[in-house]
Amino acid sequence: MNAPLVGQPIERIEDLRLLRGAGCFTDDIAAPDALAAVILRSPLAHGLITRLDTEAAQKLPGVVSIITARTIGMPVPTIPLRLAPLAELVPYEQPVIAQDRVRYVGEPIAMVVATSAAIAEDALDLIELEIAPLPAIVTNDDAAAAAALLFPDSGSNLCITYTARLGDAAQEFPGAIIVEDDFSTQRHTAATMETRGLLARWDAARGHLTVHGAAKAPWAGRRMLARQLGLDEFSIDMIAVDVGGGFGMRGEFYPEDFLVPFAARHLDRPVKWIEDRREHLLSANHAREFDAHLQLILSPAGDILAVRGRARCNLGAYMRANASIAPRNVAQFFSGPYRIPNIAIDTDVFLTNKTPTGTYRGPGRFETDFFRERLLDLAAERLGMDRVVLRRRNLITSAQMPHPIATVSAPVKAEELDSGDYAETLDRCLGAIGWDRLQPLRGQRINGRHHGVAVGCFIEGGAAGPSEHARLELGADGMVDVFVGSSMVGQGLETVLLQISADALGLPMERLRIFHGSTTYLRIGFGSFHSRSTVMGGTAILNAATTLKEAIRAAAGRRLNCAPDEVLLGAGTATNPSGAIVNWAELAADVPAAPGQFDNHTHTYAYGAHAAHVGVDIATGHVEIFD
Amino acid sequence: MKLPDFTYAAPTDLRGAISLLAADPAARALAGGQSLIPVLAFRLGAPSMLVDLSNIADLDKIEVNNARLRIGAMARWAAVAESPLVHTHHPLLRAAISHVAHYQVRNRGTIGGSLAHADPAAELAAVALACDATIIAQGPQGQRRIAVADFFCGALTTALTPAELVIALELPCMPTDLRWGFAEFARRRGDFALAGAVVHFSLDAAGAIINPHIAGIGASDRPRRLTAPETVLAGQAPSLAILRAAADVATAETDAADDLHGSAAYRRSLAGTMVLRALADACAITLP
Ligand SMILES: Cc1cc2nc3c(=O)[nH]c(=O)nc-3n(C[C@H](O)[C@H](O)[C@H](O)COP(=O)(O)OP(=O)(O)OC[C@H]3O[C@@H](n4cnc5c(N)ncnc54)[C@H](O)[C@@H]3O)c2cc1C
Repeated sequence: MNAPLVGQPIERIEDLRLLRGAGCFTDDIAAPDALAAVILRSPLAHGLITRLDTEAAQKLPGVVSIITARTIGMPVPTIPLRLAPLAELVPYEQPVIAQDRVRYVGEPIAMVVATSAAIAEDALDLIELEIAPLPAIVTNDDAAAAAALLFPDSGSNLCITYTARLGDAAQEFPGAIIVEDDFSTQRHTAATMETRGLLARWDAARGHLTVHGAAKAPWAGRRMLARQLGLDEFSIDMIAVDVGGGFGMRGEFYPEDFLVPFAARHLDRPVKWIEDRREHLLSANHAREFDAHLQLILSPAGDILAVRGRARCNLGAYMRANASIAPRNVAQFFSGPYRIPNIAIDTDVFLTNKTPTGTYRGPGRFETDFFRERLLDLAAERLGMDRVVLRRRNLITSAQMPHPIATVSAPVKAEELDSGDYAETLDRCLGAIGWDRLQPLRGQRINGRHHGVAVGCFIEGGAAGPSEHARLELGADGMVDVFVGSSMVGQGLETVLLQISADALGLPMERLRIFHGSTTYLRIGFGSFHSRSTVMGGTAILNAATTLKEAIRAAAGRRLNCAPDEVLLGAGTATNPSGAIVNWAELAADVPAAPGQFDNHTHTYAYGAHAAHVGVDIATGHVEIFD
Repeated sequence: MKLPDFTYAAPTDLRGAISLLAADPAARALAGGQSLIPVLAFRLGAPSMLVDLSNIADLDKIEVNNARLRIGAMARWAAVAESPLVHTHHPLLRAAISHVAHYQVRNRGTIGGSLAHADPAAELAAVALACDATIIAQGPQGQRRIAVADFFCGALTTALTPAELVIALELPCMPTDLRWGFAEFARRRGDFALAGAVVHFSLDAAGAIINPHIAGIGASDRPRRLTAPETVLAGQAPSLAILRAAADVATAETDAADDLHGSAAYRRSLAGTMVLRALADACAITLP
């Protein structure tokens, strides 16, 4: 067998197709018979809908239907939490369309379905909408002061408090040094090159719904949609196509993921919705608006003894499908790769009249990593210690692993750092950037730029369970088809999973085809989030490959008159001890499809270090990254 | 973000275009479409008709006559920046255009559209102001010349009357010994600037600054000539101290308002910084 493909820097196989414009995105799917859907969104951050009259809009030629909460039937379904669900969060789930109250600018109020998107937009102007404004809750302080309540029944804008605990951080630490400060990270959002989009078709005769545009977690989306529409899960196919960016934002269940399929069934016509850029900014998940007050407690020698404090999450108007992840992570992953024996961090999650938030590139970790690394720099300054020495002193060593980290209140699941050599990545990072050479530049003003140099260490969780699934099929053409539950969100999935498959089967990559992310390929699958698609999907493929090879050996043994374990497998060939050879292609009819499953309840923790050299133009505030 | 309905006309002569516009007050001229089409897509405007100017012959000509550079309204940014005449006779304009938008937008956007749109942060407007340009307009009543100082009336408003079109911009050719500088600050390259400055002046035989012209962009509701720093500079030999003094009065003279992108104080301070940097560039003085 050739050298393994895994670990080799090979060109991504999906790129040629995508770069040559041969990709197929949702809006590329030919659907000449499809109606266009456009959504009337709240122009106000907070208010009560006092009038919603669609009569004039309904009369515009080309308008087929205007869907409101009344069409759907009140109370309308809400969008459940996909990750870390809790009964106490149910009241804050987002309804698929506003009923009597709007809670953020961009919240869907009505959906116009017409023969073209332009006509549907014309109709938006004819819908008579009146909203009695309520005070808008914008900041965490506003939310706490509660001049208005987003959910009056709950009596507060505090949605939940997550606590992370390890050891006893409340104890006295005699002689210790306390470094504390306030921190904040501003709201971010993913702006994918391709906005979201959906195309839904209802087959009334079969009672079957097909939804194009699924991404990230298609099976979970299907489960939610089936429940909301009162359909059997298997009467819905979620089809994944190419996507122009995921970033954690795409592929979660949003109001449109209900509204578009609902309209297709309601009208018995295909319905397409392509998000425009403005509504993307208003309605797709935002992220990262946190503030915190944190105390780091250290011995005079520089050993971290404890951390305690409080973070606040500006959640936005609803608890969306994955919105609990960032506030949990801010509390749980503050310790990062460092040994912190005593931890008490609470994260208050506040409801505000802003776009709801969700996961976005390392949710919660970006925020808490910044809080921690900045505190470490402040501590080093206070102790008169070198920043790197302080970090190195407190990094968890391989010998100390597995090492427990703080446990979050709900849902409770103990976590530990499995393996790694954290100091090694720090050293390599410092070497790569030329830390010793840069150190003297820190704080200098050169050519009008104030130079800054810093380093930080982090960990990144991955491999979320519970499982991933795959199936390998040997075809009569000798090709092996790989079906997997991982979905592609631009991360190079096809290449990496084919590298793994090719190594596992001893075949060149050209002899493999990959099919991923659509519910039609596998009865059950999970998808791509939490750095899981390679670990989970790749391992499911490895397991399937073992089964497939056993089946090939068995079939070859029968054909070549030898025991299966005497069969020697080559690249698409099987040989018996006396040298008789058969091609896999000839065995295809005797080789059943090989399923593979990988169950996992233990997260993996990748790790690394970043260093940066920046220049700040203090007259403009512009930050330039030199390295 | 789909356009509302409108009718479309693409007349081949100027008179035809003007009469279409005069006949229907809700009709709008369409040049490069880089500002107008987004306005329609956002449904902030719904003209009944778009009168496309791109088929009108000679409206995109660039020529030099009597030491004046004349640029037709339909000349695109890219064509102006690449024109050898502009290169020779107006390096300042060329430098300013390199800060306008992005490559794609510069291939479509026109100087006439930019002047008529009158964005407070448009680079061209500041260049025109600093260079005592003249705007040539034509309407149902015929042609007239408008001094740039009288042209910009506020954010997105000009002295053009209904159905009047910009047909050209005229700039005095820059003497080869004219000192000039351009500076602007945008969070991302190609965005409209948060603040910027255009400066030029001459040096007399004794090395003193004469005839200084300064215009600021972005910080106020319209492009503005900044006369206070001009007064500070006039008759002085260039030095870091005098440049700083000019920048300080530029900050004071700028009337900025708070907006989404920054506070008024930040805008004013940026305006001063940009004047300082443009001046330093013009004087070949390195700022510490
Ligand atoms: C992403 C982006 C970034 C940009 N950044 C910058 C920037 O940094 N600096 C900058 O200066 N500009 C910027 N622009 C604007 C760009 O330069 C526009 O092209 C320009 O402002 C308008 O020119 P246009 O030819 O596209 O005009 P259009 O969009 O066609 O028209 C604009 C307006 O002018 C009217 N009009 C057009 N031509 C005439 C005429 N001859 N006489 C009378 N009225 C007329 C139209 O009716 C319309 O009201 C940016 C645009 C975009 C899309």
